[in-house]
Amino acid sequence: MKSAAFDYRDPHTLAEALAILSQYGEDAKVLAGGQSLVPMMNFRLARPAVIVDINRIPELAYILNTEEEICIGAMTRQAEVETDDRLKRNYPLLPDAIRYIAHPAIRNRGTIGGSLAHADPAAELAAVALCGEAEIKIRSQEQQRWVSSREFFHGPYTTSLEPVEILEEIKFPRLSAAAETVFLELSRREGDFAMAAVAAVLELDGDGNCHQVRIALCGAGAVPYRAVGTEKILIGERLTSKVLTEAVSAVTEGLEPYNDVHASSEYREHLARVLTHRALEQLIERVENRNHSENNAS
Amino acid sequence: MSDPYIGRAVKRKEDLRLLTGKGNFVDDLKLPGMAHMAVLRSSQAHAKIVKIDLSKARGTKGVLAAFASADLGCYNRSFPLLVPHPSLQAFTPQPLAEGKVIYVGEPVAVVAANTRAVAEDALDLIDIEYESLQAVVCSEETLVANSPIIHDGMANNLAARLVQSSGDVDAAMKQADVVIRERFLLQRGTGQSIEGRAVMVQYDRRTKSFTVWASTQAPHLHQRMLAELFSCSEDKVRVIVPDVGGGFGPKGIFYPEDFLVAYLSYRFSRPVKWVEDRREHFLGSVHEREQVHEVELALRQDGTILAYRDRMIVDMGAYVPWGIIVPSVTLSSLLGPYRIANFYLEANAIYSNKVPIGQLRGAGRPQAVFVTERMVDIAAVRLGIDRIDIRLKNLVQPEALPYTPGLVYRDGSLMTYDSGDYPSCLRRALSLANEEEFHTNRQNGRKAGYLIGLGMACFVEASGLGPLEGASVSIKRNGRVALAVGSPPQGQGHETTLAQVCADELGISVEAVDVTLGDTERLSYGTGTFASRTAVVGGNAVRLASRAVKERAIQTAAKILNTPAEELAVSEGKVFRRQMHDKCVSFGEIAAIAAGSVPGGPFPDGIQPGLETSCYFTPSSPTYANGAHVAVVQIDPHTGFVKILRYAVAHDCGKVINPMIVDGQIHGGVAHGIGDALIEKLHYDENGQLQTTSYLSYLIPTASDVPFIRTEHIEIPSRFNPLGVKGAGEAGAIGAPAAIANAIADALSPVGVSIREFPLSPNRIWQLIKERGA
Repeated sequence: MKSAAFDYRDPHTLAEALAILSQYGEDAKVLAGGQSLVPMMNFRLARPAVIVDINRIPELAYILNTEEEICIGAMTRQAEVETDDRLKRNYPLLPDAIRYIAHPAIRNRGTIGGSLAHADPAAELAAVALCGEAEIKIRSQEQQRWVSSREFFHGPYTTSLEPVEILEEIKFPRLSAAAETVFLELSRREGDFAMAAVAAVLELDGDGNCHQVRIALCGAGAVPYRAVGTEKILIGERLTSKVLTEAVSAVTEGLEPYNDVHASSEYREHLARVLTHRALEQLIERVENRNHSENNAS
Repeated sequence: MSDPYIGRAVKRKEDLRLLTGKGNFVDDLKLPGMAHMAVLRSSQAHAKIVKIDLSKARGTKGVLAAFASADLGCYNRSFPLLVPHPSLQAFTPQPLAEGKVIYVGEPVAVVAANTRAVAEDALDLIDIEYESLQAVVCSEETLVANSPIIHDGMANNLAARLVQSSGDVDAAMKQADVVIRERFLLQRGTGQSIEGRAVMVQYDRRTKSFTVWASTQAPHLHQRMLAELFSCSEDKVRVIVPDVGGGFGPKGIFYPEDFLVAYLSYRFSRPVKWVEDRREHFLGSVHEREQVHEVELALRQDGTILAYRDRMIVDMGAYVPWGIIVPSVTLSSLLGPYRIANFYLEANAIYSNKVPIGQLRGAGRPQAVFVTERMVDIAAVRLGIDRIDIRLKNLVQPEALPYTPGLVYRDGSLMTYDSGDYPSCLRRALSLANEEEFHTNRQNGRKAGYLIGLGMACFVEASGLGPLEGASVSIKRNGRVALAVGSPPQGQGHETTLAQVCADELGISVEAVDVTLGDTERLSYGTGTFASRTAVVGGNAVRLASRAVKERAIQTAAKILNTPAEELAVSEGKVFRRQMHDKCVSFGEIAAIAAGSVPGGPFPDGIQPGLETSCYFTPSSPTYANGAHVAVVQIDPHTGFVKILRYAVAHDCGKVINPMIVDGQIHGGVAHGIGDALIEKLHYDENGQLQTTSYLSYLIPTASDVPFIRTEHIEIPSRFNPLGVKGAGEAGAIGAPAAIANAIADALSPVGVSIREFPLSPNRIWQLIKERGA
């Protein structure tokens, strides 16, 4: 289980990295945290001729909090995001989700950009990106472009990234202060790939009706997706158990079946419904608790 | 004299080395000029080899050799069968497949190169063409009339049929108030040592001898096999076992790679190394657990078991490198601790196009205990009897020991349960698991939306098998004791436990004992570490050898001190005159005199040269460890997820040498049992392709899957050996699948689901619940 031979380049700037990529095109592969690429190379499932190691490019690792948005550089380690105090306050969905990515040693190496670019169907960050309507900044030697997370993921392990491009940053619009978020996941063992996971955000209006809801799932199907049908049923409604049941039954619309030795596609669909139901119940409870304590305070 | 070491939780002597990264594993060893081996494995389960072209591989820069079967000439012959059986039509592996492959993973060609990466590059360049044959994958279809035959010359795929019976089963079934019939399907699993197999060989052309460093459980068997295959004397093969990172059974077997590394070193007079990678561990090291059982249990209304009938199919895979040990052990473990006068037990061992079966921790017993303990629970429910009461009613009572259940063990001995108190073990385990509070806990859990269940399992384990293990004890001039034992550790702490036995006999500090394990040069004969045998057989050998050296030290001291030997005793590394304490001589001084102190001088009169000896212990029969496991589980009915809330083991391995180490043995075994019960499954597709060849797809328990395990040792000494010890290495693995499955079945009883299989994944439990429409 040794990798096939490859050339190794370790540029120190983004420009240098992009120049190498534009030179080698499809023969090159970008190495970020290496938590998926290196095992794939050792299995000889991936045989890049050139490895472009971007670990020595400091300009790609940062977390920026502004009034409007949160920007995370591609080479920011998952553990950095998980433990960032401002994010815990400003965007708890990210640290909540990252806790489900494998184990601490892997999160210490694994990067935000690497996970998004690899596009594993079970990747938690993809669901968070979809739920947060994040924008992804992509750069090649010629140009810089922004892609919405909705258009970024094409299929299992495929994205809109071109071989000469590097994922540079992911940007999340800040959520309204009234919004609550949750991330739930079920995997065979702690730290395993999700059999189903759900990221959700909910905001109720002054009358207690659903003002905003976004639900994204990963692991359950071959591609992460937004549960648009469910969202449509919920929006504007008072979230009674009847409405929830109806909405949850729509959560598998748009799910592309996926099965493996751990879970059948039928079971994954079932888990997607169970988790969505639990996610919504938790969100409603939290919103109500908050409203309750705010009312008491005033 | 200070308190004895036996019975004390002495800290492990090996841990400072292992925990500070100073362990030395085969992969750490490097020799000048060393070449690396890589193996081309069959991609087909059953196929003719039409063509194999090695020219491109041979032409790769850095490649020393590329061989297929024809290149090995007369060396490519089937390995000797270690454990024959009169009813077995045995086919053992050979180094490289010849003409035909019969499982995915079977070695087909081999490359030696300057680095492993280059060797793997060369494997890619081997041009091989197969003509596929229909694969035999499902064990139940193996014996049907039109099934393809795997081994030429056989009429069908039946390797062996074993039967043990007693009494009149048919008559007992007729008299019974109830006869329960069930079918159990147990899946394949493996032993996952974190260090895979590994072997390095240096052939010395001058002395025509092999030095082998192997990550093996059985260095003397390795030595014997190489000596037979190279037609040399065992004296020409030295096998050394460095630190080993886990074994669990699969490292007790001699494999094609073990021969191939030696052969390449022999051909090129260069050191050659091979280290198994994880994928190879799935495809190249033995599997176990897979069995199908058709069972009938006959009982009286009061719960008395009258008769037991079981017909099982045991899928042996493509070869039987260790004979039919697994079916034989399963069969003789079915009656367990219960009195059952009438039985008919039949094991059908069959060949299939899958990786060969070998012994994994438990070696066929977890399956037997699963089947019997599930049947007892099903019977209790059917008869409306409490599950504890039905067990207490049928358990062999302590006053009935020694007890012969009427079975013959795999070593040919009439099984005789030597010592124990099975009802006490069960009661203790229930108490550790808080059984009395369980019903309240169940109600609370149900209110929270969970299904809660409690399960138990009792077992008896034949441990400490022969034929022999040896120990060599030598006292050095500095007073330190060199202890060597043939059976090597894979993490069990042998350096500590065996030193405890030695230190107690010699009256010295455990720190003064230097232990060498698993080096064939230190002891000519040995068997290995498996079958829960090192403490029993090795431990008693250490006692014999230490005692003999102590006697010699006293005899020598008698001369030196001019005092009758009867008046002398040993303590703290000295021989002294009892009561008087006026005369004394240290072990170091005795050793120096016994070694002959002045070069060219005379040897003192009346003294035997050397303060050392080797002794072998040869057990006449296995000794029977036993115990009970109790599990409490919580199931989320919406997802099928199982959480183990409480786990308890009461276990009797006789005299406990080191309670901390035995706790660790139990805990590790339970972890493996949790894997069997809930997690571990090797998936083969209908073409015989193994779908689970990495840790992405084959899961093993991690820290988060293993609960706190309450453990208690019930010490009832063995009657069969002077130390009074019984085996401890497998007990955890043997009871756990049954106890957990019984707990799951109990939890699911309100929704009408019965459990007749393992493993029980969340998906499977959800499916079972769904099928009942609950």
